Amino acid sequence: MEKVSVKVCLGTTCFIMGSANLQELMDIVPERYGDKVDVSGVPCLGLCSADWEFSNAPYVKVGDEIIKEATVEKVLRAINERLESNN
Amino acid sequence: MAVNTPRQTSHLKREILVRLIKAYLSENFEENTRLIPYDMRPKGSEVPYRCCIYKERAVLRDRAIAGLGTSIEDTDDSVLLSDIAKKAEERVQPEEHPLTVLTTACKGCVPSRIFVTDLCQGCVARPCESACRLKAISVHDGKSHIDPEKCKNCGMCAQVCPYQAIQRIIVPCENACPVGAIAKDDDGHARIDFDKCISCGRCVAACPFGAVHEKSQIIDILKQIKEGKKLVAMVAPALFGQLPCTPKQMKQAIQSLGFADVVEVAQGADITTKNEAAEFKERMAKGDAFMTTSCCAGYNELVDKHIPELKPFRSETKTPAYYTAEIVKKETPDAITVFFSPCVAKKREALQNSNIDYVLNYEELGAWFIAMNVQLSDCEESEFKVESSAEARNFAVTGGVAGAVNALLEEGEKATPVVIDGLDKQAVRDLKKYAKNGKCDLGNLIEIMACTGGCLGGSSTINAYKPALKQLTNYVKESPEIKDVIKD
Repeated sequence: MEKVSVKVCLGTTCFIMGSANLQELMDIVPERYGDKVDVSGVPCLGLCSADWEFSNAPYVKVGDEIIKEATVEKVLRAINERLESNN
Repeated sequence: MAVNTPRQTSHLKREILVRLIKAYLSENFEENTRLIPYDMRPKGSEVPYRCCIYKERAVLRDRAIAGLGTSIEDTDDSVLLSDIAKKAEERVQPEEHPLTVLTTACKGCVPSRIFVTDLCQGCVARPCESACRLKAISVHDGKSHIDPEKCKNCGMCAQVCPYQAIQRIIVPCENACPVGAIAKDDDGHARIDFDKCISCGRCVAACPFGAVHEKSQIIDILKQIKEGKKLVAMVAPALFGQLPCTPKQMKQAIQSLGFADVVEVAQGADITTKNEAAEFKERMAKGDAFMTTSCCAGYNELVDKHIPELKPFRSETKTPAYYTAEIVKKETPDAITVFFSPCVAKKREALQNSNIDYVLNYEELGAWFIAMNVQLSDCEESEFKVESSAEARNFAVTGGVAGAVNALLEEGEKATPVVIDGLDKQAVRDLKKYAKNGKCDLGNLIEIMACTGGCLGGSSTINAYKPALKQLTNYVKESPEIKDVIKD
């Protein structure tokens, strides 16, 4: 089965708009999903640079899905959905 | 664990700040400021939090007023946001009190009181009835009832109920304030009594509606840069735990905003440590029972306004910000000094110190980086002119100040530190007790941090506490020991 990849944007804009609080995903995700999910912090995903898109930061990518105004809860929900559809 | 501002309200505050900065840097500051609520909630857009789009915009307008550094309480609803922006740009000095309450955002929570929930079984034992000394509780219609005329909110009934059916309804800002400075007025909206307020920022962090705001000085600072003044950033050590970059990259990033130089407030913290250690020795030699630290601005206001009897025990040593600003103004008399702060209280300290011209908090700095499109991890590294000690840089962490003082004391004269990690109501009671008794059984050097966890837990910080601590600790570890930095 293919691993689900989770990329948390830790670029300046995302970090300030809230991904500082998403760093706990680096602990929560491996604990909860083991090696089924790969989570990592990445430098700017480039999503905030379009005109006013900073207001939708922080961004997280779960597989190919982009989550805007990401929260820990939103990300975990997206991971669950992806794992279910993989089964 | 440190308290962080609820995330969604921080997001709104920061978004407004970014938009204000972009507006200021644009061709038409006033008009672009007026449009902020409409840009954020354009016609037909979703209504994420409030009852309707008009209320959404009204709350955003109030947040923008605070961002402009203006008191919301003193601003009439009929005044255009563009006119408020104009006034903000024209003022010569920031307003006196750093906090303001958004009446539109304040829900006017139900008054704090004791409430019998539906879980009440109307039992036979009725411990609530017998526990109430005021005879405010009676059982009828199969349920306990509280007479609001008699009830004094002591909570005894809630403690004895075997079903936990009686609850205390909390007003978060009132509950968080250690000195009773914020309370609901007759309209049910929170109001701050500035004679009592110690600017600790606990209400800012506690309100789930984000209704208590810091008045920003960002416009004042941007104006100084626009006028070509020479600005010097004085960064408190807590900053180095906040953002994804190295301290040297941070220096370069701040310079790219238009600052002539960046100095570490840790430089002043080394002086504070030296003076405080000497003062401690002196006080113990003359038989003092204990001494308290004096570098936390929230604590200093607490003593001045609420516990004057503690004054003789408070160290006379000045704060790291004081010494740093003194050095900067001595070296560069025409410099405009900006203190980069993790908390609200430093705005009050700056007001009483003519060497500190402005205060910028970390949320405002972050918004500035976003508005200017600064990518921190791409910044070059820039060296600080003065190297500060590990102990001084650790001032931002609870226990850090006492630890630094002890590092300069010899065996046999070392202090026994008592660490007050966060000024809550209990801490205020403890301090009053020490002052009244003239002694503290737990130790002889009381370190007080108004924010839980120290400055890293300040209400205007960006990073979560744990990663912030890790990042700052790494910086501390690579710094020289204080004994090697301070030489007589």
